[in-house]
Amino acid sequence: MKSESGSLVTLAAFFAVTSLFAVGGGNSVIPEMHRYAVDVQHWLTGRQFADSFALAQLTPGPNLIIVTLIGYHVAGIVGAVVATLAMCGPTSMLAFIVGRASERFTGAAWHGALTRGLVPVTLGLTAASATVIVSVADYNWVAAAITLATACIALFMRVHPLWAFAAAALLGLAGLV
Amino acid sequence: MRSPAGPPVSPPAPPQHAANVPAAAVPAPSIVELFLAFAAISLSGFGGVLAWARRIMVERRRWFTAEEFNEAFALCAFLPGGNMVNFAVIFGSRMRGPLGALAALAGLLGPPMILIIAVGALYAHYGDLPALRRMLTGVAAAAAGLMIATVAKMARPLFRLPSKNPAMIAPLVAVATFVAIGILHWPLPLVLLVIVPVSIGAAFRNIEVRR
Repeated sequence: MKSESGSLVTLAAFFAVTSLFAVGGGNSVIPEMHRYAVDVQHWLTGRQFADSFALAQLTPGPNLIIVTLIGYHVAGIVGAVVATLAMCGPTSMLAFIVGRASERFTGAAWHGALTRGLVPVTLGLTAASATVIVSVADYNWVAAAITLATACIALFMRVHPLWAFAAAALLGLAGLV
Repeated sequence: MRSPAGPPVSPPAPPQHAANVPAAAVPAPSIVELFLAFAAISLSGFGGVLAWARRIMVERRRWFTAEEFNEAFALCAFLPGGNMVNFAVIFGSRMRGPLGALAALAGLLGPPMILIIAVGALYAHYGDLPALRRMLTGVAAAAAGLMIATVAKMARPLFRLPSKNPAMIAPLVAVATFVAIGILHWPLPLVLLVIVPVSIGAAFRNIEVRR
């Protein structure tokens, strides 16, 4: 069991540190999670990572719930709980402290600069996340068409994205992907 | 109230009209109400939970005014970590102190954790069934498309700056961050330690210049 508790510590340390760099939300750290969980620790294969992302998107709840799934892969239910607490604990403490003090800060010039300065970083990180998600998905012509169609639906139509997911699952089930 | 775990619900209304919602005149929610409200928000939001949070907090329950909501959410967006997680902590603590924050967090994370662990267990057993594999491949492709759309939506305002704006550094920062993380696969902490101060410094200068 020594190795198991060892991996739990690694899991907790990784997500606790990574969460502090999650600028603009959980999706920003998808590339870092992929780099560490797939390339460095070999906790998951690339395909399992792609599946985990898809499953997390399909399950209601905040986006960072993919962390729970990665933890589950590594060490079962205990791993799932440890990973989630590590991902949310430190940043929650910070939010609690800043939230209490913030009423004094809003409107200050540096407050606006902080927010505005982080927006392009978040954009770059989210674009990197999209690249990772595209690169780990299995691709053929139909899958590429599904990606493109879903992007267009989300951008230009007022249709809930869940419908695109359902259609994609049906296309897959029909053996077209 | 609509059943939160029910079948696919219609997308939340666009938030523009929320600006006319009158100031909150209702008592702060109890600990149990906080837990239930965040559980409902969490379970009704596939992908993005923000629109649901606004609908429940501002429009339906009126625990927050539209201004309070915007201010709290702007704060959450620049704090590190999940936006909704931060929002639950800040909202819960403003309503009921530390216990309120814990209740909101438990509501937000508890039910989806139980669901995703069940999903993970099913995946561990049946993930290699051909039919499920094919469905997941389709869904993974769609999830990638959704992510691309998110990027496009975020990029629109940033790459359409007025010509006189000296903050043209913002698109450069976005591209540099993307290249470092998405293409060169450099470690995230190192990249952020360099790029975040640069970007905030530029934004700060920009504000000073315009004064």
